[in-house]
Amino acid sequence: MAADAGALEAGPPIRRARLRLSGFLWRHPWLKALGLLSPPLAAFLILYIGSLAVLLISSFWTANAFTAAIEHTWTLANYRLIFSTAQPYLHIAGLTLEMAAAVTLTDAILAFPLAFFMARLAGRRTTAMLFVMVLLPLWSSYLVRIYAWQTILAHDGAINWALNGLGLPDQNLAYTNTAMWIVFSYVWLPFMVLPVYAALERIPDSYIEASEDLGARGSRTFRSVILPLALPGLVAGSIFTFALTLGDYITPLLVGGTSSTLIGNVVYENVASNTPLAAAFATIPLLIMGVYLLIARRLGAFEAL
Amino acid sequence: MRRIRRRQAATAVVAAAIVAAFAVPAAAVKAAGSGLPTKIGKGEGSLNVIEWPYYTYKSFAKPFEQQTGCIIHRKDAGSSNEMFTLMHANGGGGGGQYDLVSASGDASLRLIYARDVQPVNIKLIPSWKNFLPAFKSPPHNTVKGVHYGVSVQWGPNTLIYNTKKVKPAPKNWSLIYSKKYKGKITVPNNPIQIADAALYLMQTKKSLGIKDPYELTQAQLTAATQLLIKQKPLLKRYWNYATDEITSFKNGDVWLGAGWPYQTLQLEAAKQPMKEIVPLPTTGWADTWMLAAKAPHPNCAYKWMRYVTTPKVEAMQALVFGETPVNPLACPIMNKMQKGSCVAYHLNEPASYYNKIKFWKTPVATCGWKPGNGCMDYNAWQQAWTKITG
Amino acid sequence: MTTRGSRISLAVWSGLVLAFLWIPLVVIALYAFNASNIQGWPITHWSFRWFRVAWDSDARGALELSLKVGAVATGSALVLGTMAAAAVARFRFFGRESISFLLVLPLALPGIITGMALNSALFTVWGLAPSMWTIVIGHATFCVVLVYNNVVARLRRTSASLIEASQDLGADGWQTFRFVVWPVLSTALVAGGLLAFALSFDEVIVTTFTAGAQATLPIWILDNIRQGQQLPVINVVAFFVVAVTVIPVALAQRVMRDSGIIRRGAAKVTEAVEAAEIPAV
Repeated sequence: MAADAGALEAGPPIRRARLRLSGFLWRHPWLKALGLLSPPLAAFLILYIGSLAVLLISSFWTANAFTAAIEHTWTLANYRLIFSTAQPYLHIAGLTLEMAAAVTLTDAILAFPLAFFMARLAGRRTTAMLFVMVLLPLWSSYLVRIYAWQTILAHDGAINWALNGLGLPDQNLAYTNTAMWIVFSYVWLPFMVLPVYAALERIPDSYIEASEDLGARGSRTFRSVILPLALPGLVAGSIFTFALTLGDYITPLLVGGTSSTLIGNVVYENVASNTPLAAAFATIPLLIMGVYLLIARRLGAFEAL
Repeated sequence: MRRIRRRQAATAVVAAAIVAAFAVPAAAVKAAGSGLPTKIGKGEGSLNVIEWPYYTYKSFAKPFEQQTGCIIHRKDAGSSNEMFTLMHANGGGGGGQYDLVSASGDASLRLIYARDVQPVNIKLIPSWKNFLPAFKSPPHNTVKGVHYGVSVQWGPNTLIYNTKKVKPAPKNWSLIYSKKYKGKITVPNNPIQIADAALYLMQTKKSLGIKDPYELTQAQLTAATQLLIKQKPLLKRYWNYATDEITSFKNGDVWLGAGWPYQTLQLEAAKQPMKEIVPLPTTGWADTWMLAAKAPHPNCAYKWMRYVTTPKVEAMQALVFGETPVNPLACPIMNKMQKGSCVAYHLNEPASYYNKIKFWKTPVATCGWKPGNGCMDYNAWQQAWTKITG
Repeated sequence: MTTRGSRISLAVWSGLVLAFLWIPLVVIALYAFNASNIQGWPITHWSFRWFRVAWDSDARGALELSLKVGAVATGSALVLGTMAAAAVARFRFFGRESISFLLVLPLALPGIITGMALNSALFTVWGLAPSMWTIVIGHATFCVVLVYNNVVARLRRTSASLIEASQDLGADGWQTFRFVVWPVLSTALVAGGLLAFALSFDEVIVTTFTAGAQATLPIWILDNIRQGQQLPVINVVAFFVVAVTVIPVALAQRVMRDSGIIRRGAAKVTEAVEAAEIPAV
């Protein structure tokens, strides 16, 4: 203690003050935590969570059809409308969920081998190049990429042009749910590759060696060591693909067909003229993602984001 | 003495009550008439607009900015709903941020009744007296003789078809409801499209008693919805943006569909085999520049309204955006800039032509053709549309 | 562990996936030189004119705004995310587990919900006027979690006793930060910042709800898609951005590689450090 006191007294006044402050904060870690956490947390909580709560509450109100003013009369009418079987809303939610699941699965299958190759098999230079090649498409504007797909999938587009060149018949891909599935899988793919790559890259060689020492062959090591350790990365990537598909409304507008309305479209159509209905319908993806996030956290995905 | 004082007190109270009773409607009257400016003052240096993209395009907006010093700041909207939200947010009236909004007929009445826009003194806009009669005081921007803006441009909804694939050439709208070109048809993704179906039923199923395609009873709305649900399997897609429809036609995904002269002209310019017909009666859209109730730069706003309705600017805007002016004096200028454009955009038609176009109007609960509130409002239309496209 | 056959098939699969990723980008590059206004196939006439049109258009202003917004939003996310991560990784307190959950919400919830919520919070409740700053606030809300997660993961892998050791040696808070904490965190910050910037640069849904008359690049592109007299310029702009971004991304990747984040066995280094941990007194 005497040595500490001596250290505190040494040096110019600024330094002494700083040392004293450091010491004070060290002895009162709560203050430091509070100081570190308050600005971001406060700003975040007030802004975001508060407004989500207000949105949720407004789903129990109604909007004046003419002036779009929100009338504060409590009612379950919006929810009754959404959950009614005579209305299309449940079907739309089901379609969106199906699409999100299909896209997530597709991206997982596409991304995993690539991430594995990058993380464990490729040399340093190759990995660096592949990393850049996976990240760059994210900079080319999601809107422009979707618009490019519109042309590729069109009746007289690149795909049919190539098929015809090979003597194969025309495909009727444009403006269908299949087209949406292809485009969604395409745009979210880098978001699946990166977390899986990070998770695979973190696995120490010593684990693989130990598994081999214990007598496991390639596939067994893969199943029992690599896959479980890569799972958080897969789940983290799936949070992106699932959530982004659940809320998107632009892709259906540009490449969707006649029955391609998704949750995002309904919310977008109603957000101005009938905000309570939009808010009520928005609770569905909110709940779905809430449950999904809880499961993901259990599987350790939050560390792999 | 007491009686006199009581009488004096009573008179004072009655007088106060009368003054109070007049104060409230006086405020309303002020909003409706007496508060209108009588001349345009000095420009405030800035003009904030909510517009359809290209409505203040540089090629014709730059000279305005140089002449008046009013620098234009634009917020582009993608839909009437968006325009309404922007005007209605932050306490309404444009939130004290926006001056003008180029609202289409399916949003303009909502803005008027939500008190987000204020009346405009049409005498300050000299070009107004030259307008086509149909656009001087149309029901979608003039209520009880009070103008809430000035018409600027309009367009009909046309039937576009691929001349090589659709034979013989169509003569009316019935082709988009028939199985002949199943899977090759497109219509706009907009709840107001229900009015097109209603207009069709007005001629083919008179028993429904539809008098106005924008004022439908529940039964009439259901009938129109049913027609559109039956149409859905015939469609390839619902188009959302004009460029979308152009791409779909060019790439052979659709052969036939509802669109606007803009699409046809772009396709023709790209040497595509598309033509259009305007099968009357048809629906159409008309845009109005409306003045925000809390406009921070009203003088610049009036200057713009005056400028944009002059023949030369009307012609320029028409050709940039692909729509039709409301000022027929723009016709010769249009022909000089692009040969034959006046006819192609249907500007030089007689008045009877415009009367056969049913311009967009926000569906409201009050029926104009019968007493009472038995008609379906915009929310009902939106929900019906979600049912059709879901 | 891996047979030659599986190595080859993995390499082939990776090549196919990368082709899938890049073919549309090649298409975009081709369309940047398409003479026609309409995006049809195949391209019959080629031209440079859209480059000139793009140069004269509002694209430059929109690009500038996107860069500014991205920089400020990423900067704020770096600061706020690190602060939150430091608090969570080093201290135990009530509600610690829920913080990661709350922070991931803006990213995990559909953009339209975040947009609606922020729109009502910023403009209706707080009465702010739409400006570049409201866009920044919107972007920062979902960028924070990307930095936060990277920093938390990195802090979890480094020993707290490093800081104690530094202070035992007489360093104050600032010196500890400069010589001990910063070198450990820098690559995590680069990785998180890179992804945050990419996300902010390309974001359109939340931005439409938080922007006023300001147009970021994605909003400008959406405008051109809606009203497409100049539609091909969006291909020019996208092509230009990708071409220009190769260098910063490659550089950032090099920074991360040299400090071990993209090197297999980086975990080995951390293990060694943890093994050498000074036992707490």
